Amino acid sequence: MPESVLLFLIIVAGTGGELCVTRAMKTIGEVKDFQPVALLRFIARAIRVGWMWLGVALMTLAFFSLLAMLSIENVSFVVPVTALHYAAGTIGAVLFLKERITRERWVGVLVVCIGVTIVWLSRR
Amino acid sequence: MKESHRLHLKTYLFIFLIVIFAPLGNTLLGKGMKSVGQLEVFSPRALLETLIRIASSGYIWLGIASLLAFFVAYMLVLTWADYSYVQPASSFSYAVVAILSYWLLGEVVTPLRWLGILVICVGVLIVGRTHPRTTQESTHA
Repeated sequence: MPESVLLFLIIVAGTGGELCVTRAMKTIGEVKDFQPVALLRFIARAIRVGWMWLGVALMTLAFFSLLAMLSIENVSFVVPVTALHYAAGTIGAVLFLKERITRERWVGVLVVCIGVTIVWLSRR
Repeated sequence: MKESHRLHLKTYLFIFLIVIFAPLGNTLLGKGMKSVGQLEVFSPRALLETLIRIASSGYIWLGIASLLAFFVAYMLVLTWADYSYVQPASSFSYAVVAILSYWLLGEVVTPLRWLGILVICVGVLIVGRTHPRTTQESTHA
């Protein structure tokens, strides 16, 4: 399977999965009690949310794509390359989760992306 | 103010767990997959044999365990902090993954790559100065 297809699956399925899981978590609300029984109740609530299942399915697809990519390339190359999902994730957070992104946070995300690009360029 | 301080401390703790477990998991998976070899997915028999090799690798299972720990910490932090805050802040994991890939896998990390990691860390510091929650707290039953 071409590496570009694997990279596409890692980014799109991974980001989509994280956004779905986030939406599921937001419907459950903030966890304030970390006792085992409370955490079990939290898990029981989480698995009843449809977005959680869609998110886990997408993240599973991204995981196996990551495994395939790691069988071909070095970890120090694959992990920075997959950081392309920072841009996709932030845009998705605005469009899908209706989060408000401050200008300062946009600048931070941009700097992170520049750093990731430099790391990517360091590959021979 | 106290509530805001508590929220920041709790967020930093969980981001720390995310930053440790995610790179460790990826490094262990990388080590496992290098021993498994390139994935063969073009025939059911080859795919099955590859999956068996993957499932019999101890490094793969350790990597999965580490990523599961990351996932739990990630799910918990997302119940109170914005996705757009947690995701960039967790990019410290690039420094950790570079260190682990050098120590555990013997990969060469060039000065240019370290520069890129430094820039990433600056970006993370900028993101870390913003408040974890920019949306209203959800009301739930």
